[in-house]
Amino acid sequence: MKLPRWIHQFGSPKYFYELSLWLSRWVAIVCVICFVCGLYGGLVLAPADYQQGDSFRIMYIHVPSAWMSLFIYMVMAVAGGIGLIWRIKLAEIVARSSAPIGASFTFLALVTGAIWGKPMWGTWWVWDARLTSELILLFLYLGYIALQSAFEDRRVAARAGAILALVGIVNIPIIHYSVEWWSTLHQGPTITKMDKPSIHLSMLIPLLFMVLAFKTFFISTLLIRARSEILEYECNASWVKQLLGSNNVTK
Amino acid sequence: MREYLNIFFVILRRDLILAFRNKAELINPLMFFVIVIVLFPLAFGSDSALLKQLTSGIIWVTALLATCLSLETIFRSDFEDGSIEQFSLSRYPLTLLVSAKILAHWMTFSIPLIVIALFTGIVLSLSSQTISALFITLLLGTPVLSLIGAITVALTIGLRGGMLLSLLILPLYMPILIFSMLAIQNAAVGQSITAELYFLAGILVLAITLAPIATAAALRIRLS
Repeated sequence: MKLPRWIHQFGSPKYFYELSLWLSRWVAIVCVICFVCGLYGGLVLAPADYQQGDSFRIMYIHVPSAWMSLFIYMVMAVAGGIGLIWRIKLAEIVARSSAPIGASFTFLALVTGAIWGKPMWGTWWVWDARLTSELILLFLYLGYIALQSAFEDRRVAARAGAILALVGIVNIPIIHYSVEWWSTLHQGPTITKMDKPSIHLSMLIPLLFMVLAFKTFFISTLLIRARSEILEYECNASWVKQLLGSNNVTK
Repeated sequence: MREYLNIFFVILRRDLILAFRNKAELINPLMFFVIVIVLFPLAFGSDSALLKQLTSGIIWVTALLATCLSLETIFRSDFEDGSIEQFSLSRYPLTLLVSAKILAHWMTFSIPLIVIALFTGIVLSLSSQTISALFITLLLGTPVLSLIGAITVALTIGLRGGMLLSLLILPLYMPILIFSMLAIQNAAVGQSITAELYFLAGILVLAITLAPIATAAALRIRLS
């Protein structure tokens, strides 16, 4: 399949490098606004839960990071697949740069879950299906990162990583449907129910702001990481030498 | 079609012969399997009730570890002497040749492993329902282990250390372990295990369809 020309133009590292600076700044501004709104709404405006009291508020970090952990894995696998098929360097860079961010979000979801679990369930950790699959997801991320660092050649590493990510993505549905497969301690989903969310609107709106904040945070961090990756990838290209030379940076 | 079948069996036969000529490589992972199983009674006491409950789990976990070790050699000698490169240049699809190699690995490693596992189960006096569940889950699960393992082996081939391989493989094995243990636990209390077996069979079909393609792609990346 032939891709339209503009995709290749956008995918060219030089063009992307120039565009991404502007893009990452604007996305970061949106991110800060969403964070402020979400945190104010979540910590101040939203009422305390009738069962869980104030400790439910950790949800505003926990739920978005758990969603992001899955979302970033999808991004990583899809970008890796694109890099594998069309050999677009930028897609490889996006896949590579996503992995540490995704691993951090997964770790954050696990840690906040443990902190919430201590007062609610009376224990830091239970071998519940969702927790376990989140842990497996963390292992998948760490495996991907380990594989990336095992190769000398970045392009080979990116393509090998893409295959690993695509294989790992088989685990994503298992993670998602594990709640239905095993009846466990973890509370069922409250937002994605099709009929009516069982979460009150005053709690839901801050959560959606937080989700948006986490997404935009991911995008702007990804762009920043990708920019430095591009410089390393392309350190022999003339435009990079020119760029670094004009800033009086010597390697 | 006939030609493809032919070449499949040629590679299968070649790999089986090579495996039986090199008996140490064939037996070492199985020895590892037996020795690790023996470690557990030594650690928990030979007649504890705890051990009785754990036996099938121990067998499964040890099977995962042994598969991990045995897979290391699946492509190594062919990669080092250039056979894989010749395979990839031949006019037959690499996917087909790779599937023959994976099948050969399953036949030479997993079938003896299943036999030993059943024998261990009988010796450690598991109930007959548990043993039959163990047998079926191993029969459905071990081909998936070989198939998924082959992908990661192809990715890490020629890299230093087998540690990386285990790090990549074991997380991918976890769903198989979960379903198998659920089935065995259900069987132990006399419940139906059909649902878990369907899941295992489904994963097996998925792995048979996709894993050889991914393995071939991974090998091509490593050759480039």
